[in-house]
Amino acid sequence: MATELGPTPVKPASGAAPVHHGPKGVGEDNKILSQGKWATWLLAPTIIALGIVIVYPIISAIVMSFQKDAGLDPVTGLFTAGGPAGIQNYVNWLGQQCAAQGGGTVACPPGTLGGQFWTATGTTFLFTVVTVAFETVLGFWMAMIMSRTFKGRGLVRAAVLVPWAIPTAVTAQLWLFMFDFNGIINKLFNVSILWTGSEWPAKWAVIIADTWKTTPFMALLILAGLQMIPAEVYEAAKVDGTTAWQRFRLITLPLVKPALMVAILFRTLDALRMFDLPYILTGGANNTTTLSILVINQIRQGFNSAAALSTITFIIIFLVAFIFVRFLGANVVEQSGATGKGKK
Amino acid sequence: MKTPRFLLPAATAGVLALTLSACGGGGGGGTTGGGGTDAEANLDSRGPITYVQGKDNSNVVRPLIEKWNAAHPDEKVTFKEQTDQADQQHDDLVQNFQAKNADYDVASVDVVWTAEFAAKGWLQPLKDKMAVETEGMLEPTVEAGSYKGTLYAAPVSSDGGILYYRKDLVPEAPKTWAEMMEMCSIAKANNIGCYSGQFKQYEGLTVNASEAINSAGGSVLDDEGKPNLNTPEAEEGLNNLVEAFKNGNIPAEAITYQEEESRRAFQEGKLLFLRNWPYVYNLATTEGSSQVKDVLGMAALPGADGPGASSLGGHSAAISVYSDHKATALDFVKFLIEEEQQKFFATQGSLAPVFGALYEDQELVAKLPYLPVLKTSIENAVPRPVTPFYPAVTQAIQENAYAALKGEKPAKDALSDMQKSIETAGAGS
Repeated sequence: MATELGPTPVKPASGAAPVHHGPKGVGEDNKILSQGKWATWLLAPTIIALGIVIVYPIISAIVMSFQKDAGLDPVTGLFTAGGPAGIQNYVNWLGQQCAAQGGGTVACPPGTLGGQFWTATGTTFLFTVVTVAFETVLGFWMAMIMSRTFKGRGLVRAAVLVPWAIPTAVTAQLWLFMFDFNGIINKLFNVSILWTGSEWPAKWAVIIADTWKTTPFMALLILAGLQMIPAEVYEAAKVDGTTAWQRFRLITLPLVKPALMVAILFRTLDALRMFDLPYILTGGANNTTTLSILVINQIRQGFNSAAALSTITFIIIFLVAFIFVRFLGANVVEQSGATGKGKK
Repeated sequence: MKTPRFLLPAATAGVLALTLSACGGGGGGGTTGGGGTDAEANLDSRGPITYVQGKDNSNVVRPLIEKWNAAHPDEKVTFKEQTDQADQQHDDLVQNFQAKNADYDVASVDVVWTAEFAAKGWLQPLKDKMAVETEGMLEPTVEAGSYKGTLYAAPVSSDGGILYYRKDLVPEAPKTWAEMMEMCSIAKANNIGCYSGQFKQYEGLTVNASEAINSAGGSVLDDEGKPNLNTPEAEEGLNNLVEAFKNGNIPAEAITYQEEESRRAFQEGKLLFLRNWPYVYNLATTEGSSQVKDVLGMAALPGADGPGASSLGGHSAAISVYSDHKATALDFVKFLIEEEQQKFFATQGSLAPVFGALYEDQELVAKLPYLPVLKTSIENAVPRPVTPFYPAVTQAIQENAYAALKGEKPAKDALSDMQKSIETAGAGS
């Protein structure tokens, strides 16, 4: 199209050729043109707004991540700007190196944030894999129930949504009370586990709370997928004498897969950013520090280093999303691509 | 024609973003101290100002500001209320100071932030023309408002740890840690836990661990702000806690306790001794469910051979160097620390005063019976490590003390890791 917009826009009708509505008058063509103009102006505010709230902060963070954090001038006792750092901030995080006293770096001792990068990454992925797995299975099950027709279905659907509707911070505080040593969970099961006091109970506490909270989200997305499947398909299969398991495996699963993959993708990206639950439940103790918690803690100790860490987190999440979309066929971005494929 | 037109807004947005990011880059790198010129500007200027503080839960700030405004119609103070979360208050102040916001004239600063903000060059030094009288204030509160020998924040309220105990089981409060540990046999005989503080991995653990270290004669940082943890005193202090966990004098569940969990355990009669803040007094004596209403005893924290060294809490009022009306700001700060206002803070908000004399005020003591004990506590208090790297220091203390209390590493190793961590924090210049 662009090549035709040279000095002679005499026969713009050819530009509209792909639209096979038959020949149009000049007025119609002007309308298309002016519509394009309109669209441009109507879109402009959005694009500018996106530029300010998305592009600018990202670029700014990346710029900051190549700066050193402010250091203390030993004479005046005041902070001075750190100056350019090159990729040192990134090297420090990935290699778990901390500034040494006489200049240079040493391996970060326990008790520094720098020494937690790889454990935090591991913890984040552990939480992601385990919670998303639980949520998918439970969510699927809940969606199957909700998609049936039965008395009180509306009530069940509303009830299922409750955990999702509660703000995460409130959820976390509720679970903190329940996981208390004198809390309901220990009383109910007649055990005395220090839920937030050692590594695996703390991790399970986070996983349980997160699963409770976000399974409804999963269930809703899967339910939407289930309702796209026409009832006739099942009827036909029944006539053919299939078992329930066969119907589930050969009809439900393949047909719900697009919705399911999108749901898993959303949840995975969400879980990789997990912050409030572990922050409130354990404060990041007992190896429950996720990357997001690490970023927040680092912000208090130095913005620029925190910017580097959030850039690393951003790249990690981006890679995961990329793998999902590219290799697992979670088609969330290219809706038009999907329909195009169908046409071929 | 179409293409260029379409691109125009996008290009605008792009350029805009680039320009903005250029500014951002400058701002990001510009966390300088300096402050020389800002600190000398607007010293005589008067006009309306803003006072910034965390959530005014007990409604003490608003009446005071109304009182001030009635007397100073041309220099009105507006109250900017932050959330009740200390971390969020801190971050809000950082953002606004970093942006050189002139609307944050006077801010309420937690004692542990003073050094950081002062070193960033955000706080007006309270000296010469801007001096504030600190005569009669409890020494540790003034120390906590100072950085490198200069007062940066005027103490407004203070806080210290108190040892609560069961009068019915313990006739006289223990003076030293060793005495208290001996009395733990009484707890055992009554089938309750002996002692608890706050040992979850959070700010409260820094408070408790520093108290243990300071009470045993050690210190986290030396006078020059360098870590000083590889000492026998520090080891003894931390070991006191480690041992108590090991032999059950501190119940195992205390590793999950923050202030509230430990208070509930004590109120339910499950503990003989509790280290906590003064706020417990009101709740433990008035709450219907409290088992210790009539048997609540209070004493100074036990130390090595006398009162222990409490960690100091409380807030100070600081003036921003970016304020446009510093003369008014200074007057307002002086107003906040006047005796009359201090009394009001104490009676209305249960905030401990900073003037020693007020702790003997009969009227106040009648209302807040813990004042004499609290005075001993604050007089012997050690400000939590005064350092511009406080966030890194508290992280180092929390993580390593926690590991030691759980028995994952010996106290000696934990302290040496603390030492190393704090060293790296101060080395990044």
